[in-house]
Amino acid sequence: MQPLLTVDDLKVHFPIKKGLFSRTVGHVYAVDGVSLTLAGGETLGLVGESGCGKTTTGLAILRLLDPTGGRIIYDGNDITGMSRSRLRPLRRQLQIIFQDPYSSLNPRMTVNEIIADPLRVHGLYNGSEGRQWVEYILEKVGLSPEHGRRYPHEFSGGQRQRVGIARALALRPRVIIGDEPVSALDVSIQAQIINLLIDLQTEFDLSYIIIAHDLAVVEHMCDRVAVMYLGKIVESGLYHQVYNNPLHPYTRALLSAIPVPDPGRPRQRTILQGDVPSPIEPPPGCHFHPRCPRARDGCNRRMPELVEHRPGHRVRCWLYRDTNHG
Amino acid sequence: MIATANAHSGQNPRSLPKAGHLLEIKGLKTYFYLFEGVARAVDDVSLHLDRSEVVGVVGESGCGKSVTAQSIMRLVPEPPGRIVGGSIVFDGMDLVKLPADRIRNIRGNRIAMIFQEPMTSLNPVFTIGDQIAEMFRQHMHLGRRESLERAVEMLARVQIPEPAKRARAYPHQLSGGMRQRAMIAMALACSPEILIADEPTTALDVTVQAQILDLMLQLRQDFHTAIIMITHDLGVIAEMAQRVVVMYAGKVVEEALTADLFDRPLHPYTAGLLESMPRLGSRRPGRSRKLKEIKGMVPGLLDLPPGCSFAPRCPRAMDICRRRVPELVPAGNGRRVRCRLFPGQGDTSATTADGG
Ligand SMILES: Nc1ncnc2c1ncn2[C@@H]1O[C@H](COP(=O)(O)OP(=O)(O)OP(=O)(O)O)[C@@H](O)[C@H]1O
Ligand SMILES: Nc1ncnc2c1ncn2[C@@H]1O[C@H](COP(=O)(O)OP(=O)(O)OP(=O)(O)O)[C@@H](O)[C@H]1O
Ligand code: SF4
Ligand code: SF4
Ligand SMILES: [Mg+2]
Ligand SMILES: [Mg+2]
Repeated sequence: MQPLLTVDDLKVHFPIKKGLFSRTVGHVYAVDGVSLTLAGGETLGLVGESGCGKTTTGLAILRLLDPTGGRIIYDGNDITGMSRSRLRPLRRQLQIIFQDPYSSLNPRMTVNEIIADPLRVHGLYNGSEGRQWVEYILEKVGLSPEHGRRYPHEFSGGQRQRVGIARALALRPRVIIGDEPVSALDVSIQAQIINLLIDLQTEFDLSYIIIAHDLAVVEHMCDRVAVMYLGKIVESGLYHQVYNNPLHPYTRALLSAIPVPDPGRPRQRTILQGDVPSPIEPPPGCHFHPRCPRARDGCNRRMPELVEHRPGHRVRCWLYRDTNHG
Repeated sequence: MIATANAHSGQNPRSLPKAGHLLEIKGLKTYFYLFEGVARAVDDVSLHLDRSEVVGVVGESGCGKSVTAQSIMRLVPEPPGRIVGGSIVFDGMDLVKLPADRIRNIRGNRIAMIFQEPMTSLNPVFTIGDQIAEMFRQHMHLGRRESLERAVEMLARVQIPEPAKRARAYPHQLSGGMRQRAMIAMALACSPEILIADEPTTALDVTVQAQILDLMLQLRQDFHTAIIMITHDLGVIAEMAQRVVVMYAGKVVEEALTADLFDRPLHPYTAGLLESMPRLGSRRPGRSRKLKEIKGMVPGLLDLPPGCSFAPRCPRAMDICRRRVPELVPAGNGRRVRCRLFPGQGDTSATTADGG
């Protein structure tokens, strides 16, 4: 089956400028060759260390940020270099829930206006029907009509996050990129929102890319999971492949660091040693080698390829070299 | 709503014998006077904190956790907000009544806060290095150069890669988690006596989170810093906190030692909360992915039901629950609970449990 969204070798490099003449003195290699696909009705989880490029990947896919390289194909259209005006009608279908609700909501608009505005832009808002729709969506995310008349600064963190979710849902998109969509919610509202997203998915054949640090949430929501490290995907597979049989040493460390909600249980974490590497000067070879407990000769010289270890389960690591032809 | 206001600002039997807590909040009320009515964001909250102690605060989104924290820091936006009742005693001073200039000396220095949304507390036009250095200049009176050096050190301690380079970055050039860590660095800069951490690790991956939590525990060990840990992450609570306070709709509904709370939650809201938690490894292929949830909607603060605020969603609600607000009463082993299912409610039993 043709995927709904294909991202091929996506790159986003931010120039670092210095001095009076804004000389470019280097680059932040935020996203450095990410490839992924998303089928209609599918949920893909994107996890990885803070600063590894997840948000940048999401923003670039939606063309909210111009990619340095690679291709993005949505529903048969190459949107990588598409002009703003041609992109416009597709915009409605591709929505994002921003990681930082505070800076993504216009402080001078009421919540009703914030949600109605994109509907108006796309000519989808008409009179009382529009108002009802906004109210309906607000209710779905657990906010009352009273909340609709208030401004973003009058809300708690989790309430603001729900406004962001409502805004994305209101347009009835086909793809939603949720960047930490439920991180500010207590677990009971989180459960309601996750259930809502699952229901909407079945109803409208929605596809999601869920970026999240909460690995239990990702396990729960996602069909497939991709793990990023320093601008690259280092492992990907069906959720149970990645969770039950993690291959990459980074994925293993990540899974072992999850705090367990059981006060009696002693901690057993692999705390990653060594400096957190920088996307400005990524370590040569496998980017993970300075911190990898299993690093061996050669890991610091050549970057392994992302190869299929078992059907559907890919890994970028020399330990699995028998299948690695890179 | 009115009846319970002062019942507890008297004495909590547990705190009687001890002489003075590091921080003691009694009957705190912080309201927002909005066009549509009065939002009682914090409505009779009492809690205490001792040196080196970590107290967790959990609760429904919008239940008043951040506003409680803002009240301690005296950062409630005024108007429309106002602290209308109660006291917050720290080191013999009632912070509620303290003049603004004295609060400024305490804030960021003796009591520091990690804010829920980094962008609300980072200034977009200054580099993060400058903003952290400012803490050292202002509170420790260090020179420009030394302040900057200390700022870079702090960035390294919160695991920011290439701290010297990143110190020159503006907030928008950092990832969400880096911004959060920059703010944590700012809060930890002056080794405060109390650290209020409002969702400190939501934007961090679990490995960095583990390091930041360790860093906080280190601070606690080295400087006896007491920590109020506000978080939705019950895993973090289980690991960090000795005691937990559960809030719902502006009120404390349960308080217990962490192990007791997880072991046997008393309040129906707490029980529902623990059940809604997505647990790692709990998903079964082929079965519904849907999570258990507490049915119904959190009431808006402007149209709170009379009686117990949780009644409309409570599976065990009784008639009387909808008429009278239950009080927060002792429930053994230092626990407190605000629910009719437990004995000690003033109007249902012969003796009032806690004097009043
Ligand atoms: N506008 C920008 N200018 C320069 N560097 C940037 C910019 N935006 C992001 N970066 C850098 O790119 C890298 C990736 O950032 P990104 O926000 O994608 O990370 P992330 O994976 O979403 O992290 P987090 O989990 O912390 O949100 C980081 O090193 C960040 O500092
Ligand atoms: N500046 C304000 N003006 C009006 N109402 C406010 C303001 N700040 C907070 N509120 C209201 O006060 C209540 C408590 O907010 P608070 O931020 O303390 O919630 P919270 O428990 O921290 O929630 P979350 O977990 O979502 O962050 C909310 O219902 C919110 O809408
Ligand atoms: S390639 Fe080498 S350094 Fe990289 S993850 Fe695998 S074993 Fe570790
Ligand atoms: S007082 Fe009644 S409604 Fe409130 S939590 Fe207890 S049983 Fe439920
Ligand atoms: Mg991000
Ligand atoms: Mg809050």
